[in-house]
Amino acid sequence: MAMVDEPLYPIAVLIDELKNDDIQLRLNSIRRLSTIARALGEERTRKELIPFLSENSDDDDEVLLAMAGELGVFIPFVGGVEHAHVLLPPLESLCTVEETCVREKAVDSLCKIGSEMRESDLVDSFVPLVKRLAAGEWFAARVSACGLFHVAYQGCTDVLKTELRSIYNQLCQDDMPMVRRAAATNLGKFATTLESSYLNAEIMTMFDDLTKDEQDSVRLLAVEGCAALGKLLEPQDCVARVLPVIVNFSQDKSWRVRYMVANQLYELCEAVGPDCTKTDLVPAYVRLLQDNEAEVRIAAAGKVTKFCQLLNPELSIQHILPCVKDLSSDSSQHVRSALASVIMGMAPILGKDSTIEHLLPIFLSLLKDEFPDVRLNIISKLDQVNQVIGIDRLSQSLLPAIVELAEDRHWRVRLAIIEYVPLLASQLGIGFFDDKLGALCMQWLQDKVYSIREAGANNLKRLAEEFGSEWAMQHLVPQVLEMVNNPHYLHRMMALRAISLMAPVMGSEITCSKFLPVVVEASKDIVPNIKFNVAKLMQSLIPIVDQSVVDKTIRQCLVDLSEDPDVDVRYFANQALQSINGAAVA
Amino acid sequence: MNGGGGDGAASSGGGGGGPPQPLEWRFSQVFGERTAGEEVQEVDIISAIEFDKSGDHLATGDRGGRVVLFERTDNKDNGGSRRDAEQMDYTVRHPEFRYKTEFQSHEPEFDYLKSLEIEEKINKIRWCQPASGALFLLSTNDKTIKYWKVQEKKIKKISEMNIDPSKTPGQPSSSSPPPVVANGVHADPAHDYLSKFSFPPGGLPSLRLPVVTSLETSLVARCRRVYAHAHDYHINSISNSSDGETFISADDLRVNLWNLEISNQSFNIVDVKPTNMEDLTEVITSAEFHPIHCNMLAYSSSKGSIRLIDMRQSALCDSHTKLFEEPEAPGSRSFFTEIIASISDIKFSKDGRYILSRDYMTLKLWDINMDSGPVASYQVHEHLRPKLCDLYENDSIFDKFECCLSGDGLRVATGSYSNLFRVFGASQGSTEAATLEASKNPMRRQIQTPARPSRTISSMTRMVRRGSESPGAEANGNGYDFTNKLLHMAWHPTENSIACAAANSLYMYYA
Repeated sequence: MAMVDEPLYPIAVLIDELKNDDIQLRLNSIRRLSTIARALGEERTRKELIPFLSENSDDDDEVLLAMAGELGVFIPFVGGVEHAHVLLPPLESLCTVEETCVREKAVDSLCKIGSEMRESDLVDSFVPLVKRLAAGEWFAARVSACGLFHVAYQGCTDVLKTELRSIYNQLCQDDMPMVRRAAATNLGKFATTLESSYLNAEIMTMFDDLTKDEQDSVRLLAVEGCAALGKLLEPQDCVARVLPVIVNFSQDKSWRVRYMVANQLYELCEAVGPDCTKTDLVPAYVRLLQDNEAEVRIAAAGKVTKFCQLLNPELSIQHILPCVKDLSSDSSQHVRSALASVIMGMAPILGKDSTIEHLLPIFLSLLKDEFPDVRLNIISKLDQVNQVIGIDRLSQSLLPAIVELAEDRHWRVRLAIIEYVPLLASQLGIGFFDDKLGALCMQWLQDKVYSIREAGANNLKRLAEEFGSEWAMQHLVPQVLEMVNNPHYLHRMMALRAISLMAPVMGSEITCSKFLPVVVEASKDIVPNIKFNVAKLMQSLIPIVDQSVVDKTIRQCLVDLSEDPDVDVRYFANQALQSINGAAVA
Repeated sequence: MNGGGGDGAASSGGGGGGPPQPLEWRFSQVFGERTAGEEVQEVDIISAIEFDKSGDHLATGDRGGRVVLFERTDNKDNGGSRRDAEQMDYTVRHPEFRYKTEFQSHEPEFDYLKSLEIEEKINKIRWCQPASGALFLLSTNDKTIKYWKVQEKKIKKISEMNIDPSKTPGQPSSSSPPPVVANGVHADPAHDYLSKFSFPPGGLPSLRLPVVTSLETSLVARCRRVYAHAHDYHINSISNSSDGETFISADDLRVNLWNLEISNQSFNIVDVKPTNMEDLTEVITSAEFHPIHCNMLAYSSSKGSIRLIDMRQSALCDSHTKLFEEPEAPGSRSFFTEIIASISDIKFSKDGRYILSRDYMTLKLWDINMDSGPVASYQVHEHLRPKLCDLYENDSIFDKFECCLSGDGLRVATGSYSNLFRVFGASQGSTEAATLEASKNPMRRQIQTPARPSRTISSMTRMVRRGSESPGAEANGNGYDFTNKLLHMAWHPTENSIACAAANSLYMYYA
């Protein structure tokens, strides 16, 4: 055992802890691997540290994950690009562990290193590594291999390239569905590095095989490949080879595949171009909107706006709108909810007349939906419709919906609508708000659920910001001040909470003249909770009001509270007093 | 998918030569044999048996929440010369296993919300496809499924370090507890110092990496994931999908679908819970994925039906694709009809063409392409019919016997009372029916009863009923021993070898 000089002590500990029994310490050391490498120097890092790490692949996953990440940026510490290949062995063994996130990280790091390596090293060490992994006994190795081909392929000789393509083809037909899934996932990436002649011949054959796979999970991933490959192919090839696959997929036996198509359709349309979209994909999309499986309709309904953006208004009205009408009365609430969250976006696409004629009825029926999420989704996107059809037409149908949501028996629904009130207020204008919504805002302050009361108080602050302090002085402050005398201590407390939130918005003058007297009065409350909340509130008022007010009123009040019989009241009063003194010193 | 010599399953009719010869079963091994008069500990009773796909490993679970692994010792010809192998062939070669390791999979728990004790008993074990050299399996008790990895790990012995822990008193050595701050981040006092430290370009020669000597390895089982809180009722089955990434778990009323990598969410795919629990007439008793088609799975019910569902059709598979039910024989209805119709276990054949089901009285083989009735039905407990009242009184009628098919699909087997199990030939024309006892001498209790098709009027032409005569020993003797029941058994995937559990003992037979 060697003793180490005093200044090297910390680094020595760091190195020793690479093998500590405590995983937290090992993790700490692995994360500082670059420090260890610098301490050992480049040569010993290559000759000792890296082999040492290669032996380490049965460590805990967290450690392996950290190691896989560190090694990806390790080229400078082993002496630059010409030595980059020494990093491959430890990462190769990490590519074979069973934990997916470790493997993925190792593959990432290998790709990073591979893309920096010299071409000759790539051929000498990186390509053989890929081949070894692809021939691995366990599927984990073969899965990892799939993610490395696009790096290995560049800069290879023609012979090697042919070999790599044929290996990839084998991986696409592997016995294990996990490997075929990895091959399907990475096909697009690999295809980008290929010469276009091979793209059409070989890659498309692999792709065709994958699209016919008997495992749904493989076909699912092939759907994503459609978009990626479509963008690489010439337009006419894309139409000839990818389009039929998409159309087939949209009628696949498995709803999960159709769901994937519905989700990806926008990208697929981009790949095949506008003409084919109109002739082939519109019918496909219409089928998806009418699918038997609700999950597929949910995905399709959620893309309605994006899809219509690709079409002209006539096509949308002719083909898509009838489906949208049906969906608005779909039996699944989740479908209606998905539709409600995007349908507003269609208004600008269709224009004012069509919106009023076709969209408004749908929109009104969704606003009356029995399921609160549907109504909420409509209200949250109000601004988009407002621009098209104007607020007057909206407000008559809107108000009942809002009032109903505001009084919904699920507090989460009430909470959601409160979040939208400031937005609504700004859209609907002061007049509308005063008439209809003002009373609701006060009602929330006395809700049975704390979260709602809290949100209600916050809402007042945001309204004050929106409409200005003068308006708030007239419409909000009197009610809040009145609440301080409420017989229920929770309501009194909420009034204090509202005051503390509103004070910064209302400014020093109103705070001193209106709020402070009430707060001082509240400090004589019989409930200790109120009193220490007063102390907290006073503390927050200190920066807002003048020093003279602090000295004259607040300090005295706090001093009184600091002699309260209740320990919590004394504690918060003293805290507040300290911050006065702190402010004075500063 | 032909495991053995014959490729025909039940109705293939045999390419020639008729049904295979009846097998002669021999005792192979026993683990945890009871000595005479030894009291069986409740926790030691085996509650699950499962071979892995290759047949090289066998796992058992017990009521004490332990999982025990066995590995095959024969045919592992690593290094063994060909001649040795041939010599071994001379003597009888059959799968032999040895104890590999064991681990505590589940512990007893208490659900405080429901004031419910959760037993540690292992209900099912399923092997997963290995991603690396390690072994992977799923084990479940009533509520929680766990994913285990069993791996050889090197025993580390650190022989050289920079700092000798014994010589540095007072310093933060690696053996002292690490200073950890509240949020779990390791507070490293050396951090600032090290980032400012400038190392010489050649490095510091006095520093060295710890030298680790590791000669021995040991098997370590690690729980990789816990799939919890998804079942309101007791889990009766788990089953892996052929896609290698998902599995299902079934309880009395629901079947959930999981991704192996995601333990915090699952999807409900079957829900038979009625809106009003008073309307409940049927529960799920067992569920299994199709061995090849990832979209198909079957589940059985307490009313004696098997439903095949296609997950491609819908996200929620409340409506089945196919329903397999035997029409009730008219006039035979009694108080026990429904109880004994309840299916305790179903298994797909290896090629996925057939489903074997076990109810209290019979084993039934179903062709998934024929939902009008079973292709074959084997009487297991017909002789108990007069005793149903007694069996109901002592709750034995609710015993859940498992069933299994041979890898080649030519035979089926299931357990019974008095530690007996029965093996039937499943290929057409076969009259094979053997009763064996889980002991060192399996043929001891067996009276050869050449089974023949029964001549009851109701027997349909396509259906072969066999073994309806009760084995003589029990019929004449003073009856069955209902405490010694052989519930759990498994057939080796490629060879004629059976593992079965008699209380705490694991018996293995070959033919």
